[in-house]
Amino acid sequence: MFDFLEGYDLLGAFWVTVQLTVYSALGSLIWGTLLAGMKVSPVPLMRGFATVYVNVVRNIPLTVIIVFSSLGLYQTLSVALGGDDTETVNFRLAVLALVAYTAAFVCEALRSGINTVPLGQAEAARALGLSFTQVLRLIILPQAFRAVVNPLSNVLIALTKNTTVASAIGVAEASYLMKGMIENEAQLILISLVFAFGFVVLTLPTGLILGWVSKKVAVKR
Amino acid sequence: MSSVLYDAQGPRAKQRNILYTVLFVLAAAGVLWWVYTSLDEKNQLDWIKWEPFFTSIQPWETYIWPGLQNTLKAAFFALIIALPLGALFGIGRLSDHRWVRMPSGILVEFFRAIPVLILMIVANAVYSEYTTIDTDVRPLYAVVTGLVLYNASVLAEIVRAGIGSLPKGQGEAAKALGMRKSQVMVFVLLPQAVTAMLPAIVSQLVVIVKDTALGGAVLTFPELLASVRPMSANYGANTIACFTIVALIYLLVNFALTSFASWLERWLRRAKKSKGTASGGVQKTTGEPSLVVDDGHAV
Repeated sequence: MFDFLEGYDLLGAFWVTVQLTVYSALGSLIWGTLLAGMKVSPVPLMRGFATVYVNVVRNIPLTVIIVFSSLGLYQTLSVALGGDDTETVNFRLAVLALVAYTAAFVCEALRSGINTVPLGQAEAARALGLSFTQVLRLIILPQAFRAVVNPLSNVLIALTKNTTVASAIGVAEASYLMKGMIENEAQLILISLVFAFGFVVLTLPTGLILGWVSKKVAVKR
Repeated sequence: MSSVLYDAQGPRAKQRNILYTVLFVLAAAGVLWWVYTSLDEKNQLDWIKWEPFFTSIQPWETYIWPGLQNTLKAAFFALIIALPLGALFGIGRLSDHRWVRMPSGILVEFFRAIPVLILMIVANAVYSEYTTIDTDVRPLYAVVTGLVLYNASVLAEIVRAGIGSLPKGQGEAAKALGMRKSQVMVFVLLPQAVTAMLPAIVSQLVVIVKDTALGGAVLTFPELLASVRPMSANYGANTIACFTIVALIYLLVNFALTSFASWLERWLRRAKKSKGTASGGVQKTTGEPSLVVDDGHAV
């Protein structure tokens, strides 16, 4: 029944999806945290930059950003991110675009987490003489991160699904393989179910595990 | 108050902030300079590449306006079909009957777990294989189908959350009046929930508008993003200029929607407040319903 799968590297395609997800998740966590830090910082210019960045990026389709990274950055401006062949270049550009996009949502999630930390915590920390960076790093962010595990897991699930957009610039991840298979094979419904199942397998455990973690680490107030 | 995180600034803090500002400006200027030189190197800043958008109506008429129309058309159809479906499944998940609750739950969770792009590709293939829909409109059908399946399940969750956020007394009072379950839902719960949900629904429209771009990139749907390639081919490889204009249009449309959603939220909150409370000023414990079910799921 599943012999149509022969000759296709199904696991390989999903492995690319996983790689895209992991690299972009790490990148957007770092960039998103920096943005959230800027957004609450005492320097008005940084606050303004973070606000504008988040609002602009959230309102532009990810597809536009990813297609731009290929047509605009690579083909027009020859930004290759150190890749030699088209395959590596497209993969890295896709990660760059996903990071740029997802970071805006990470920033928003973190900022809402910062808002859940009671005022007294920051006041007490300031009364001890901690500086802004110390208050943020030692008091606020650890608590904020524990509060936002759930929203962040939603962002991660969205990111997993968003990696499919990379197929628009020819990154050979799951949806790219699926499109090819649908064109060449007659088993439309079976192919669709296999790939749907693949994504359920990827996203469902993420939600369940991180949901459990979020209950486990939540600061009881 | 400035912020939770820092006090009103003294002289030293002010100096430090100025230092940070200067450093930030220098870093930003460095990045901008790099962007400028690399753009300039590839002649992307030449006036001739930008001039078509400012001096003639032709690119707007031939490429951008039809593309934008298709984008908005797909988004509009997707919303008006997804909204009733979403309400149906949202209510289905709240049903007392297991045989209604279970399938609605499974459907909603299933379609939420699958990328919209996959749904669109499958819909496109299904239409080409099993129906006689004309190839001209097939991408539109596929895009709308994908968007409807995904967004109906998201809207179902929004509806469920909206109904869940209503005070329990609302349903109880309606039942005490002798209403049937369907009457309680249709006349009492749903209208209130829809009002509470309106901002979330408008925000979801942003997600829908953004997702239409997938159809242009993968399914040959002639929407706004798809107009970039023919446009830059026609006006001398002005890729950067085309992307800038297209991104700006998306930005304006979605920013208008976002602003409308937050205005709506403020307006609804004020309208609710001015009515006063029936319980003699007792604060409602439900608080602001948090309806962000799908944060970041936007493609």
